[in-house]
Amino acid sequence: MPKSKSAYSIPTKKQKSDTHIFVIWVDNEAGVLARVVGLFSGRGYNIESLAVAEVDAIKNISRITIVTTGTPQVIDQIKLQLKKLVPVHKVADFKREDKDVIFKEMALFKIVGNQRKMDKCINACKKFNPVILDQTKKSTVIQVTALRREIDKMNIKLKPLGLISTSRTGAVAMTRGAKIFNL
Amino acid sequence: MSKLYSGAEIVFKCLEDQKVKHIFGYPGGAVLPIYDELKNHSSIKHILVRHEQGAGHAAEGYARSSGKPGVVLVTSGPGATNVVTALTDAYMDSVPLVCISGQVPTHLIGTDAFQECDTTGITRPCTKHNWLVKDVNDLPRIIHEAFEVATTGRPGPVLVDIPKDIQFAKAKYKKPKKEKKLNGKSQNNYNQNQIDQLIELMSKSKRPIIYSGGGVINSGPKASDALREFVQITSFPITSTLQGLGAYPGDDNQFLGMLGMHGTYEANNAMHDCDLLINIGARFDDRITGKIDEFSPNSKKVHIDIDPSSINKIIKVDLAIVGDVTNVISKINKRINKKNNGFTKSNKQKIANWWEQIQKWRGKNSLNFINSDQNIKPQHAVQRLYELTKKKDTFITTEVGQHQMWAAQHYKFNKPNRWMTSGGLGTMGYGLPAAVGVQIAHPEKLVIDIAGEASVLMTMQEMSTAIQYNLPIKIFILNNQYMGMVRQWQELLHEKNYSESYSEALPDFMKMAEAYGCKGIKATDPSDLDDKIQEMLDYEGPVIFDCQVDPNENCFPMIPSGKPHNQMILGPKDQEENKIKGKGKALV
Repeated sequence: MPKSKSAYSIPTKKQKSDTHIFVIWVDNEAGVLARVVGLFSGRGYNIESLAVAEVDAIKNISRITIVTTGTPQVIDQIKLQLKKLVPVHKVADFKREDKDVIFKEMALFKIVGNQRKMDKCINACKKFNPVILDQTKKSTVIQVTALRREIDKMNIKLKPLGLISTSRTGAVAMTRGAKIFNL
Repeated sequence: MSKLYSGAEIVFKCLEDQKVKHIFGYPGGAVLPIYDELKNHSSIKHILVRHEQGAGHAAEGYARSSGKPGVVLVTSGPGATNVVTALTDAYMDSVPLVCISGQVPTHLIGTDAFQECDTTGITRPCTKHNWLVKDVNDLPRIIHEAFEVATTGRPGPVLVDIPKDIQFAKAKYKKPKKEKKLNGKSQNNYNQNQIDQLIELMSKSKRPIIYSGGGVINSGPKASDALREFVQITSFPITSTLQGLGAYPGDDNQFLGMLGMHGTYEANNAMHDCDLLINIGARFDDRITGKIDEFSPNSKKVHIDIDPSSINKIIKVDLAIVGDVTNVISKINKRINKKNNGFTKSNKQKIANWWEQIQKWRGKNSLNFINSDQNIKPQHAVQRLYELTKKKDTFITTEVGQHQMWAAQHYKFNKPNRWMTSGGLGTMGYGLPAAVGVQIAHPEKLVIDIAGEASVLMTMQEMSTAIQYNLPIKIFILNNQYMGMVRQWQELLHEKNYSESYSEALPDFMKMAEAYGCKGIKATDPSDLDDKIQEMLDYEGPVIFDCQVDPNENCFPMIPSGKPHNQMILGPKDQEENKIKGKGKALV
C-alpha cells in the first residue's frame, strides 16, 4: 500500500456508478439554478445534461431535470443535499433503466447538401418523430425527439450526409400512467 | 395607512424584533445609511472590529457561547470578501450567523462599480442561504427569514446583501411570521419504532460506546442534560469529538476523552472494538474516522443527527434517527425509564468485561508526556492553566494547531458552550476574535484564548477591539516559534524537511502588549509558570501571555493518516519502549 504523504487518507475501493435522473421543483427566483449547479460542481458531482424551465407561472415553480452518474452513496447524497436548499420544494430521482419513466431529449439537425442527401437524412430520422422546421433548396432543419444514445447515433450517421450543425436539449422526464413523481 | 420606514430603519426594526443585542461590524461606503441609523437604536450595541474576518469570528464566539445567532454587518466588496473565511468556518462548524452586507446601488450592479463584488455569488457555497434584496418591500420578510434559516435545523451562516439605494428606499415594516415553514424542511423526522430499535440494540450490546459531537452543543443546554442522564442510566462509556467537548463532563469516569486523530488510546480503541456505536450529533469527520474501510469494523452503528444529509455520507449506518438531539435523547430516556426498569442493573453486568478492557487501555495513559524542569512543556502549561482556572466558570477559545489539540486533551470541560474552536475549517486566527465575541456575550466571565504564536498573529489586530471595549480577554500563547502542527507533519512524513514552518522574526509579544495598551506577561521557566498564570488571572484587563515552550514537542497520541483507530502512535515514553522491541517507526 502506498504511504500517504499528507494529512489525508488515500482513496480506497471504488464502487460502481449508475446513471440517475433527478427532477427538482424549485422556486423560480434569481440564482436558484446557480445554487443547484453549484452544489453539483462544489461537491464534485457530475452533470450529464440539464433542462430547466418554469412549469407553474402562478406558484412560480420551475422544474429542473438533471442527468447524473454516481455510486449509490453519491446519488443518495445528491438527493439529500438538494433537499437542504431553501428554494427546493421536492426532489425525485430514478434510474435511467426505470421502465415506469419516459425520458426524452430534443435535437435540431441542420443539413446542407443536395435534395438526395436531404431526403436520405429525413428518412433516417423517421423513427424519431422528425419535423421539418425549415427547408430551402440547399438546406433543411430537422427536429427529432429521442433518447440520448439515439441522438448520439444519429449525430454520427448524418455527418456524411451533410449535417453541419446540431443543437440539443437536456433530457426531460415524466412517469407513465396516472401517477406523478413523489418525494 | 401604516408608517413607511427606510430600508436602514427596517434593518434595525428586524434586529430589534429578533432580540439582537450586539452586532459586530465595520463601516464602509455601501452600508453608511445603516450605520447612520445605528444611533437611533440604543438596545443594539455595535462592536467595531479591526478586520471583517474578526467580526465574523467574534460573532461565532458570541453565538457558540450564548446559543444566540451572531450578527455581522459589513460593507460591499472587500468588506464582504474579508468575511468569507468566517462564514465558511461557521458553515463547517454549524454556527448560526446572520451577515448583513452593503452592496453598490441596484443600478450599478454588474458594472464593476467601486467596491462592487458578486457577494451572493461568492458566499453561495459557504452559507445555508443568501439573498440579494432587490425590492425594499421584501426586506423585512427576507431578514426574518434569514434568522429563521440560520437558527433552525442544523444551524449555519446566512447572508443578506442590501444595495445602498434599498437602504434609502421606503416601505412598510412587517413583523416576523410565527412558525414559518421553509419548504417543509422539518427538524424531527423519526418514529417510536426507531427509538425501540435503538433500545433493543442497546440491551443486546456487550461492547457499546457513545460518540457525541457538536450537535449536542447546538441543540442547547437541555441536550447536555439529557445526554448526561442517558449515559448515567445506561452506564455506557462515552467519547466526544473536538466540537462536542463539554456536553459531557470531562472529568467523569465514564468519559474516555476525545477520539480521533489526536484522541486518547482508550477512546479510539473502544471505537474500533465496540459492537454498538451510538453517534449523537456528530458527522463522522475524516479526523475522527481514520481509514474508512477499517473504521469500527464489527459494530452496529446508530446515527442521531438533525441533518439527513449527514446520514450515510461517510459511514453506512444500521439505524438512523433524524431529529433534534434534545428531543431524541429525552424520548429515549423516557422510554428506558418507563419500560426497562431493570435496564441499568442488567446492563452493568453485561458490559463489565468491556469496562475492564477499557481500563486496560486507560492504563496506557496515552496523554502522558515527559515533563521537564528546564523548559516549559506545552501540555504542562495547559494542565497548569486548567488547574488554576477550573474553579471558575471559564470559557476557552483556541486557534488551530498543536496548541488546540493540547487544549482539547488537557483542559477538562464540564459544561457545554465553554469551548470555542475552529474544527471543520481549521481556521488559524479564530481564537482571538472569538474570545472578543465570547467576552461580549459574557462580560463577567473569564475568557481565555489558548493560542499559538503563528495563529494569533493572523488576527492580532483584534487586540485593539478588546482594548476599545475594555474586554479582559487573556491571550495565552504557547510560543514554540514554529507552526507546530506543520512542523510535526514534516518531521513524521517529510523527512524532517522543515520547509517554511519556522517563524523567523517573531514580534516581541511583551512590547506588542504594551503597544496595544494591555498587559504583557512572559514565562520561560517552568518553576515560575504558576505564579505568572496567577498574575494573568488576577489582572483585570486584557493580557497577552507569551508562554515560551519547548519548540520540538509533538502532539501525541496520534493516528497516522490512512490508518485505523487501533494503530495509534503513542508518546515518547511508549516509543522508546517500542524501539527496544524494534517496532520503532513502523507505524509512522
